[in-house]
Amino acid sequence: MASETELNAGIEDGVRRRDFINIAAVSFAGVGSVAVVLPLLNQMNPSADVLALSSTEIDISAIQPGQAIKTSWRKQPVFVRNLVPAEIAEAKKVPLGDLRDPETIDQRTKPGKENWLITLGVCTHLGCVPLGAAEGENRGDFGGYFCPCHGSHYDTAARIRKGPAPKNLVVPPYEFTSDTVVTIG
Amino acid sequence: MSFPWAKNYEPQQPLMKWLDEKLPLPRLVYNAIGAGYPVPRNLNYFWNFGVLAGAALMIQIISGIVLAMHYSANVGVAFNSVEHIMRDVNAGWFIRYAHMNGASMFFIVVYLHIFRGLYYGSYKAPREMVWLLGVVIFLLMMATAFMGYVLPWGQMSFWGAQVITGFFSAIPLVGEPVREWLLGGFVPDNATLNRFFSLHYLLPFVILGVIILHIWALHIPGSSNPTGIEVKGEQDTVPFHPYYTAKDGVGVGVFLLLFVALTFFSPNTLGHADNYIPANSLSTPAHIVPEWYFLPFYAILKAFTFNFLWIDAKLWGVIAMFASIALLFFLPWLDSSPVKSSNYRPLYRIFFWILVADVFLLGWCGMQPAEQPWVILSQLGAIYYFAHFLVILPIVSRIERPLPMPNSITEAVLAKHATDTTSASATA
Repeated sequence: MASETELNAGIEDGVRRRDFINIAAVSFAGVGSVAVVLPLLNQMNPSADVLALSSTEIDISAIQPGQAIKTSWRKQPVFVRNLVPAEIAEAKKVPLGDLRDPETIDQRTKPGKENWLITLGVCTHLGCVPLGAAEGENRGDFGGYFCPCHGSHYDTAARIRKGPAPKNLVVPPYEFTSDTVVTIG
Repeated sequence: MSFPWAKNYEPQQPLMKWLDEKLPLPRLVYNAIGAGYPVPRNLNYFWNFGVLAGAALMIQIISGIVLAMHYSANVGVAFNSVEHIMRDVNAGWFIRYAHMNGASMFFIVVYLHIFRGLYYGSYKAPREMVWLLGVVIFLLMMATAFMGYVLPWGQMSFWGAQVITGFFSAIPLVGEPVREWLLGGFVPDNATLNRFFSLHYLLPFVILGVIILHIWALHIPGSSNPTGIEVKGEQDTVPFHPYYTAKDGVGVGVFLLLFVALTFFSPNTLGHADNYIPANSLSTPAHIVPEWYFLPFYAILKAFTFNFLWIDAKLWGVIAMFASIALLFFLPWLDSSPVKSSNYRPLYRIFFWILVADVFLLGWCGMQPAEQPWVILSQLGAIYYFAHFLVILPIVSRIERPLPMPNSITEAVLAKHATDTTSASATA
């Protein structure tokens, strides 16, 4: 053990040199530890190859009115539905105030192409693939999609109407490359 | 630690004496689970389940290490590598079925251990820390079991991972980034499978570490007992070895019989047929359900189908599900009755059995599709579950008038012995 006189040897303006060394060393080690933790946490984020934004081209010429297909983008399912006029009319009839996540069908489709409803096939509750894209599947109480996992019902504009899901089915970024080809992503 | 009359470790052979001076490991074992640990003399068979849980963990660790020698954590081959274990690896089918059903046996044993604690008030002072560490072990077990279930990369594996990581997307603002961080992608994929395998291998050893703390914390006040009366003297205890090593040995025998019966005669009963279909990210199974041991919590999750206040249904479900377990951390302070054992708590005992029935009801609802009447039943079940801990328990512990209690463990044992001999002589 150092004696009292030795400890107080380097006092300048009431600060002991030893305290300064202590604080500096501990701070340096602290900053160093945080700097090491960051890459250890960040390695869990999606890697570059996963992030590489793939875009998918879809040929929609074969989809008849009233039909829907299921395809995929970034490994997530995508629904492409060719709405019939009755379904569009039904979606327009609903007052926005009745909706949990208020959006009009025009906001969810491209101008002049409002019969093409393109959404992710991922239920916004806990991520199951809703039913309704294939022929003969249960389309729920509102004639759109129905998620069997926890009972969420989506309407003809794929908006949430009943059940635990908080949001409408997500509309991914996409554009019409031509009248029959859509590029997602 | 322990009682003053605990037997002292006295090594006989020169080698053991030498070892005791350099590294007193045999002494530690002797004092922890040997003749050096005095235990109340009146423990019943419900006190077997701690040792049984330890046995189940060891079975899982050993079978799991062996399985990892043959399994590949890559989405391209994971499913096939499990089938390879089942069909090609020597005795692979046995080891995998043992691991699969071992998880179920582990949960059965742990649930009985938890309900033993609830019935006999084992969570009360001076053993709160034992209970808190137990809840931590339970949470770690759930995480481990979930990640293990993902590894075969079947349909249930994939969609289980999707739904359970989806819980985190319910967190406001940061939910979606947190979920992507957990998954390492936008959907469960190779990054997810690899990290789950890594953690599934790690966590059992973390559990082992917490179990050592659990036992350490238990050995400070010593084991509880069915009367809930604390040990008052040497006459109240017997040494752990040979008395309870023998009694636990009987339990281990019964446990292993049930375990092999399940593994050999009915290995897939507790699983789901859908998990023998390879994972398909574009098609959800018609009816997804978790493993049986998660069903009551899953029912609580599904009970919330409506937005309430400013919180949406999804977040409510997730909060309620986590809260139903987190609630157990507060149990030692929610129940203020100084009487531990339900044997002397006529009112609490009734509510204990209603809680057991409620958990079974929730489990049953968890299995059912999200339709009526199951939704309303899970809502009622969930309300009762929370009411039991937050309303009923605090009130009951204040208004209840406990039955007269014996003065000591020995008195209770001798009184029971006396009635047994009188009734025996009466019939003779």
